[in-house]
Amino acid sequence: MSDIGIIISSHVADLAHGVYRMLKEAAPEVSITYAGGTDDDDIGSSFEKIQAAIEANESSHCLAFYDLGSAKMTMEMAIDMSDKKIELMDVSFIEGAYTAASLLSGGATYNNVMEQLAPLNIK
Amino acid sequence: MLTAEQTNRWLERFAEKIEANKDYLSELDGIIGDGDHGNNMARGIEEMRKKLQAADPANGSEVLKNASVALLSKIGGAAGPLYGTALLEMSKQMTEADDLSAVVKAGLDGVQKRGKAEEGEKTMVDVFAPVYRELEAGNLTVEAVEDAVEATRELKATKGRASYLGERSIGELDPGAVSIGYLFISLIEEGLTDV
Ligand SMILES: Nc1ncnc2c1ncn2[C@@H]1O[C@H](COP(=O)(O)OP(=O)(O)OP(=O)(O)O)[C@@H](O)[C@H]1O
Ligand SMILES: [Mg+2]
Repeated sequence: MSDIGIIISSHVADLAHGVYRMLKEAAPEVSITYAGGTDDDDIGSSFEKIQAAIEANESSHCLAFYDLGSAKMTMEMAIDMSDKKIELMDVSFIEGAYTAASLLSGGATYNNVMEQLAPLNIK
Repeated sequence: MLTAEQTNRWLERFAEKIEANKDYLSELDGIIGDGDHGNNMARGIEEMRKKLQAADPANGSEVLKNASVALLSKIGGAAGPLYGTALLEMSKQMTEADDLSAVVKAGLDGVQKRGKAEEGEKTMVDVFAPVYRELEAGNLTVEAVEDAVEATRELKATKGRASYLGERSIGELDPGAVSIGYLFISLIEEGLTDV
């Protein structure tokens, strides 16, 4: 188990939920929250949903994973306005998030997770 | 500082231009992006109008702040955090000094901090930056804004959705450059560049 949580941000509600399910299977005890799509569930990003995903996460230190453009920039604005420590990871979305989830679930240290994520840095 | 009344007029004119050109903006975005820029902006300005009408701001800075919150929360695409940051930084700078070019510079810096784009990457920065320079030199005109918008046609996108198209992003205007152009044209048309 780990004190570090995971936040997922995607343009598509189904995609965010799908990634969440995939991670949760490998890491049932890591706090994982997600935000996908606009307020109306169209394709895009919702500041409100992203803020809610940050709030709802049980960890005060989280790693955030995103797919493209506004899922990143909107997350950054929400991070600026949050008291939590949230690190935005510029790694491949699904592989990166899955790597972090499985490592955290296995009790890896923060440094270990960062090391394993480094080669996935593609953004 | 611009008064609340002046800033409201500026943003209302901008809202009218977005509304009138909503389909055009989405069409442009359809060519090099995902086709939603007009709808995104229209959603944003609808919320902005509601917020501005309900508010009782003391000055222009407060109007810009209210507008920034509305645009950030309702646009739903990359333009959301970009316009949100631009207007928020302009709002902050407006309380510092009377110089409009410094206000625009603060907005430009905010957009670049948020989106990491330099000039030449076919984004709204390609209008924002020359507008700032012209304003600083004291000769910002509608033509200058239109020229900057037009100059995005030949650029290859290396930021945002259009960057996934590579060379094929050349040949059409950048939708975000067009919409931010409306913001500055509105400022000029309301006669606010030399108050
Ligand atoms: N990194 C960036 N820096 C500056 N401007 C940008 C950047 N990314 C996109 N833009 C601007 O945003 C405009 C597109 O806005 P729009 O609302 O359509 O967002 P989008 O690209 O569909 O968002 P998303 O990231 O959700 O796919 C572009 O035309 C460009 O001017
Ligand atoms: Mg778009």
